[in-house]
Amino acid sequence: MTPALFIAFGAMLVIASLMVILHRNPVTSALFLVVAFCSLAAIYLLLHAEFLAMVQVIVYAGAIMVLFLFVVMYLNLKHDVEHGIHLALRRGAGWILGGVLLSEALWFFGRHWAAGPLAPEEAMATAGNTEAIGRVLYTRYLFPFEITSMLLLVAMVGAVVIAKGRGPHVERGRPPQGASGAPAAPADRQETA
Amino acid sequence: MIPLAWMLGLSAIVFVIGVVGVLVRRNALIIFMSIELMLNAANLAFVAFAREAKSLDGQIFVFFVMTVAAAEVAVGLAIIVNVFRLKETVYVDEINLLKG
Repeated sequence: MTPALFIAFGAMLVIASLMVILHRNPVTSALFLVVAFCSLAAIYLLLHAEFLAMVQVIVYAGAIMVLFLFVVMYLNLKHDVEHGIHLALRRGAGWILGGVLLSEALWFFGRHWAAGPLAPEEAMATAGNTEAIGRVLYTRYLFPFEITSMLLLVAMVGAVVIAKGRGPHVERGRPPQGASGAPAAPADRQETA
Repeated sequence: MIPLAWMLGLSAIVFVIGVVGVLVRRNALIIFMSIELMLNAANLAFVAFAREAKSLDGQIFVFFVMTVAAAEVAVGLAIIVNVFRLKETVYVDEINLLKG
Protein backbone atom coordinates (compact mmCIF):
# COMPACT_ATOMS: atom_id res chain seq x y z
CA MET A 1 0.00 0.00 0.00
CA THR A 2 2.70 2.48 1.00
CA PRO A 3 4.85 2.01 -2.13
CA ALA A 4 1.80 2.51 -4.33
CA LEU A 5 0.96 5.74 -2.52
CA PHE A 6 4.56 6.84 -2.79
CA ILE A 7 4.56 6.26 -6.55
CA ALA A 8 1.28 8.12 -6.94
CA PHE A 9 2.38 11.16 -4.97
CA GLY A 10 5.84 11.06 -6.51
CA ALA A 11 4.33 11.14 -9.99
CA MET A 12 2.11 14.01 -8.91
CA LEU A 13 5.15 15.86 -7.56
CA VAL A 14 7.15 15.38 -10.77
CA ILE A 15 4.28 16.39 -13.05
CA ALA A 16 3.45 19.46 -10.96
CA SER A 17 7.12 20.50 -10.87
CA LEU A 18 7.35 20.13 -14.64
CA MET A 19 4.24 22.24 -15.08
CA VAL A 20 5.78 24.91 -12.85
CA ILE A 21 8.69 25.41 -15.22
CA LEU A 22 6.79 24.74 -18.46
CA HIS A 23 3.64 26.82 -18.09
CA ARG A 24 3.58 30.26 -19.67
CA ASN A 25 1.36 31.93 -17.10
CA PRO A 26 3.11 32.73 -13.78
CA VAL A 27 -0.13 32.41 -11.78
CA THR A 28 -0.66 28.87 -13.08
CA SER A 29 2.96 28.08 -12.28
CA ALA A 30 2.47 29.25 -8.71
CA LEU A 31 -0.67 27.15 -8.32
CA PHE A 32 1.13 24.08 -9.65
CA LEU A 33 3.86 24.80 -7.12
CA VAL A 34 1.20 24.54 -4.41
CA VAL A 35 0.25 21.11 -5.78
CA ALA A 36 3.91 20.08 -5.72
CA PHE A 37 4.32 21.20 -2.11
CA CYS A 38 1.17 19.39 -1.01
CA SER A 39 2.21 16.13 -2.65
CA LEU A 40 5.62 16.50 -1.01
CA ALA A 41 3.82 16.90 2.32
CA ALA A 42 1.98 13.64 1.61
CA ILE A 43 5.32 11.95 0.91
CA TYR A 44 6.62 13.24 4.25
CA LEU A 45 3.59 11.65 5.88
CA LEU A 46 4.45 8.34 4.23
CA LEU A 47 7.99 8.68 5.62
CA HIS A 48 6.68 9.17 9.18
CA ALA A 49 7.68 12.83 9.33
CA GLU A 50 4.28 14.11 10.43
CA PHE A 51 5.54 17.35 11.90
CA LEU A 52 7.38 18.24 8.72
CA ALA A 53 4.33 17.44 6.64
CA MET A 54 2.25 19.89 8.62
CA VAL A 55 4.97 22.54 8.54
CA GLN A 56 5.31 21.99 4.80
CA VAL A 57 1.62 22.67 4.25
CA ILE A 58 1.48 25.64 6.60
CA VAL A 59 4.75 27.37 5.73
CA TYR A 60 5.27 26.48 2.07
CA ALA A 61 1.81 25.94 0.65
CA GLY A 62 0.40 28.58 2.98
CA ALA A 63 2.74 31.45 3.69
CA ILE A 64 5.34 31.32 0.94
CA MET A 65 2.89 30.65 -1.87
CA VAL A 66 0.60 33.45 -0.72
CA LEU A 67 3.62 35.74 -0.91
CA PHE A 68 4.39 34.48 -4.42
CA LEU A 69 0.83 34.88 -5.65
CA PHE A 70 0.60 38.31 -4.09
CA VAL A 71 3.72 39.47 -5.92
CA VAL A 72 2.60 37.90 -9.22
CA MET A 73 -0.71 39.74 -9.02
CA TYR A 74 0.92 42.95 -7.83
CA LEU A 75 3.25 42.98 -10.82
CA ASN A 76 0.40 42.07 -13.21
CA LEU A 77 2.57 39.99 -15.52
CA LYS A 78 1.52 38.99 -18.98
CA HIS A 79 2.23 35.64 -20.53
CA ASP A 80 5.84 35.08 -21.34
CA VAL A 81 6.69 36.03 -24.91
CA GLU A 82 9.84 34.21 -25.82
CA HIS A 83 11.33 33.87 -29.27
CA GLY A 84 14.60 34.22 -31.12
CA ILE A 85 17.61 32.06 -31.75
CA HIS A 86 19.18 33.01 -28.42
CA LEU A 87 16.23 31.65 -26.51
CA ALA A 88 16.16 28.43 -28.50
CA LEU A 89 19.86 27.97 -27.94
CA ARG A 90 19.60 28.63 -24.24
CA ARG A 91 16.60 26.37 -23.90
CA GLY A 92 18.33 23.51 -25.69
CA ALA A 93 21.47 23.97 -23.61
CA GLY A 94 19.41 24.07 -20.44
CA TRP A 95 17.57 20.83 -21.18
CA ILE A 96 20.77 19.06 -22.22
CA LEU A 97 22.57 20.18 -19.08
CA GLY A 98 19.59 19.10 -17.03
CA GLY A 99 19.59 15.67 -18.67
CA VAL A 100 23.29 15.23 -17.99
CA LEU A 101 22.85 16.27 -14.36
CA LEU A 102 19.87 13.95 -13.93
CA SER A 103 21.64 10.90 -15.31
CA GLU A 104 24.65 11.71 -13.16
CA ALA A 105 22.53 12.04 -10.01
CA LEU A 106 20.52 8.89 -10.75
CA TRP A 107 23.71 6.93 -11.36
CA PHE A 108 25.12 8.21 -8.10
CA PHE A 109 21.97 7.60 -6.08
CA GLY A 110 21.44 4.21 -7.63
CA ARG A 111 24.59 2.87 -6.04
CA HIS A 112 24.35 0.78 -2.96
CA TRP A 113 24.37 2.88 0.18
CA ALA A 114 26.34 1.33 2.99
CA ALA A 115 24.21 1.82 6.06
CA GLY A 116 26.52 1.74 9.01
CA PRO A 117 25.51 0.72 12.50
CA LEU A 118 23.57 3.75 13.65
CA ALA A 119 22.23 4.40 17.08
CA PRO A 120 18.53 3.62 16.82
CA GLU A 121 16.35 6.29 18.38
CA GLU A 122 13.08 4.76 19.37
CA ALA A 123 11.35 8.12 19.13
CA MET A 124 11.07 7.73 15.37
CA ALA A 125 8.97 4.62 15.55
CA THR A 126 6.36 5.96 17.90
CA ALA A 127 3.30 7.80 16.72
CA GLY A 128 4.22 11.12 18.35
CA ASN A 129 6.77 12.44 15.90
CA THR A 130 5.99 16.05 16.81
CA GLU A 131 6.71 15.47 20.48
CA ALA A 132 10.09 13.91 19.74
CA ILE A 133 11.03 16.74 17.38
CA GLY A 134 10.03 19.33 19.93
CA ARG A 135 12.11 17.63 22.60
CA VAL A 136 15.22 17.56 20.37
CA LEU A 137 14.61 21.08 19.10
CA TYR A 138 14.45 22.60 22.57
CA THR A 139 17.38 20.70 24.04
CA ARG A 140 20.15 19.79 21.61
CA TYR A 141 19.25 22.33 18.94
CA LEU A 142 18.18 25.17 21.18
CA PHE A 143 20.89 27.58 20.08
CA PRO A 144 20.33 27.12 16.31
CA PHE A 145 16.62 27.49 16.99
CA GLU A 146 17.18 30.86 18.65
CA ILE A 147 19.52 31.93 15.84
CA THR A 148 16.70 31.10 13.45
CA SER A 149 14.52 33.70 15.11
CA MET A 150 17.25 36.28 14.57
CA LEU A 151 17.46 35.24 10.91
CA LEU A 152 13.74 35.72 10.46
CA LEU A 153 13.87 39.12 12.15
CA VAL A 154 16.71 40.26 9.91
CA ALA A 155 14.90 38.97 6.82
CA MET A 156 11.73 40.78 7.83
CA VAL A 157 13.50 44.09 8.38
CA GLY A 158 15.48 43.63 5.17
CA ALA A 159 12.37 42.88 3.14
CA VAL A 160 10.59 45.96 4.48
CA VAL A 161 13.59 48.21 3.83
CA ILE A 162 14.17 46.87 0.32
CA ALA A 163 10.54 46.90 -0.77
CA LYS A 164 9.92 50.37 0.62
CA GLY A 165 12.17 51.90 -2.02
CA ARG A 166 14.16 55.09 -1.69
CA GLY A 167 11.37 57.57 -1.20
CA PRO A 168 8.32 59.20 -2.76
CA HIS A 169 10.15 60.31 -5.90
CA VAL A 170 10.39 56.71 -7.12
CA GLU A 171 6.69 56.48 -7.88
CA ARG A 172 6.29 59.92 -9.40
CA GLY A 173 8.92 59.60 -12.04
CA ARG A 174 12.36 58.19 -12.25
CA PRO A 175 15.08 60.80 -11.87
CA PRO A 176 18.07 60.69 -14.21
CA GLN A 177 20.27 57.80 -13.20
CA GLY A 178 23.30 59.82 -12.14
CA ALA A 179 21.38 62.20 -9.90
CA SER A 180 19.44 59.63 -7.90
CA GLY A 181 21.83 59.73 -4.94
CA ALA A 182 21.74 63.44 -4.10
CA PRO A 183 18.02 64.23 -3.73
CA ALA A 184 17.21 60.94 -2.06
CA ALA A 185 18.63 61.79 1.34
CA PRO A 186 16.66 64.99 2.03
CA ALA A 187 13.46 63.40 0.78
CA ASP A 188 13.90 60.50 3.18
CA ARG A 189 14.58 62.80 6.08
CA GLN A 190 11.55 64.87 5.29
CA GLU A 191 9.39 61.81 5.17
CA THR A 192 10.47 60.51 8.54
CA ALA A 193 10.29 63.89 10.25
CA MET B 1 8.68 0.17 3.39
CA ILE B 2 9.82 2.45 0.58
CA PRO B 3 13.35 1.79 -0.70
CA LEU B 4 15.86 4.56 -0.13
CA ALA B 5 16.84 4.59 -3.80
CA TRP B 6 13.30 5.56 -4.86
CA MET B 7 13.23 8.56 -2.58
CA LEU B 8 16.70 9.68 -3.66
CA GLY B 9 15.72 9.22 -7.30
CA LEU B 10 12.59 11.33 -6.81
CA SER B 11 14.68 13.94 -5.04
CA ALA B 12 17.18 13.98 -7.93
CA ILE B 13 14.40 14.34 -10.51
CA VAL B 14 12.79 17.26 -8.70
CA PHE B 15 16.15 18.92 -8.16
CA VAL B 16 17.02 18.64 -11.85
CA ILE B 17 13.62 20.08 -12.78
CA GLY B 18 14.50 23.04 -10.59
CA VAL B 19 17.91 23.41 -12.24
CA VAL B 20 16.38 23.30 -15.70
CA GLY B 21 13.82 25.89 -14.63
CA VAL B 22 16.57 28.26 -13.53
CA LEU B 23 18.49 27.70 -16.77
CA VAL B 24 15.60 27.86 -19.21
CA ARG B 25 13.15 30.44 -17.93
CA ARG B 26 13.84 34.15 -17.86
CA ASN B 27 11.03 35.29 -15.61
CA ALA B 28 12.61 36.05 -12.24
CA LEU B 29 9.54 34.80 -10.36
CA ILE B 30 9.65 31.43 -12.10
CA ILE B 31 13.36 31.25 -11.32
CA PHE B 32 12.52 31.80 -7.67
CA MET B 33 9.93 29.03 -7.79
CA SER B 34 12.56 26.73 -9.31
CA ILE B 35 14.89 27.54 -6.42
CA GLU B 36 12.09 26.56 -4.05
CA LEU B 37 11.76 23.26 -5.92
CA MET B 38 15.47 22.60 -5.46
CA LEU B 39 15.29 23.34 -1.75
CA ASN B 40 12.36 20.96 -1.45
CA ALA B 41 14.26 18.24 -3.28
CA ALA B 42 17.10 18.63 -0.79
CA ASN B 43 14.58 18.45 2.05
CA LEU B 44 13.20 15.20 0.65
CA ALA B 45 16.69 13.71 0.59
CA PHE B 46 17.20 14.83 4.18
CA VAL B 47 13.99 13.18 5.32
CA ALA B 48 14.81 10.01 3.41
CA PHE B 49 18.21 9.71 5.04
CA ALA B 50 16.79 10.60 8.44
CA ARG B 51 14.34 7.72 8.16
CA GLU B 52 17.05 5.40 6.94
CA ALA B 53 19.32 6.31 9.85
CA LYS B 54 16.40 6.26 12.31
CA SER B 55 17.48 9.65 13.55
CA LEU B 56 15.62 12.91 14.02
CA ASP B 57 18.54 15.17 13.16
CA GLY B 58 17.71 15.19 9.46
CA GLN B 59 14.18 16.34 10.17
CA ILE B 60 15.47 19.12 12.40
CA PHE B 61 17.71 20.21 9.57
CA VAL B 62 14.75 20.29 7.18
CA PHE B 63 13.04 22.58 9.65
CA PHE B 64 15.98 24.98 9.48
CA VAL B 65 16.08 24.78 5.69
CA MET B 66 12.42 25.79 5.61
CA THR B 67 13.18 28.79 7.78
CA VAL B 68 16.00 29.88 5.51
CA ALA B 69 13.76 29.38 2.48
CA ALA B 70 11.08 31.58 4.00
CA ALA B 71 13.61 34.33 4.73
CA GLU B 72 15.06 34.00 1.25
CA VAL B 73 11.66 34.30 -0.41
CA ALA B 74 10.75 37.38 1.61
CA VAL B 75 13.96 39.22 0.73
CA GLY B 76 14.07 37.95 -2.85
CA LEU B 77 10.52 38.99 -3.65
CA ALA B 78 11.21 42.40 -2.15
CA ILE B 79 14.19 42.72 -4.49
CA ILE B 80 12.07 41.64 -7.47
CA VAL B 81 9.39 44.20 -6.61
CA ASN B 82 12.06 46.88 -6.35
CA VAL B 83 13.62 45.88 -9.67
CA PHE B 84 10.19 45.94 -11.29
CA ARG B 85 9.63 49.47 -10.02
CA LEU B 86 12.96 50.55 -11.46
CA LYS B 87 12.99 48.71 -14.81
CA GLU B 88 9.34 47.70 -15.26
CA THR B 89 10.31 44.16 -16.15
CA VAL B 90 11.06 40.94 -14.30
CA TYR B 91 12.83 39.26 -17.20
CA VAL B 92 16.37 38.57 -16.11
CA ASP B 93 17.90 39.13 -19.54
CA GLU B 94 16.55 42.69 -19.61
CA ILE B 95 17.97 43.49 -16.19
CA ASN B 96 21.54 44.36 -17.13
CA LEU B 97 22.33 47.26 -14.85
CA LEU B 98 25.71 45.85 -13.88
CA LYS B 99 26.72 44.93 -17.39
CA GLY B 100 28.73 48.12 -18.00
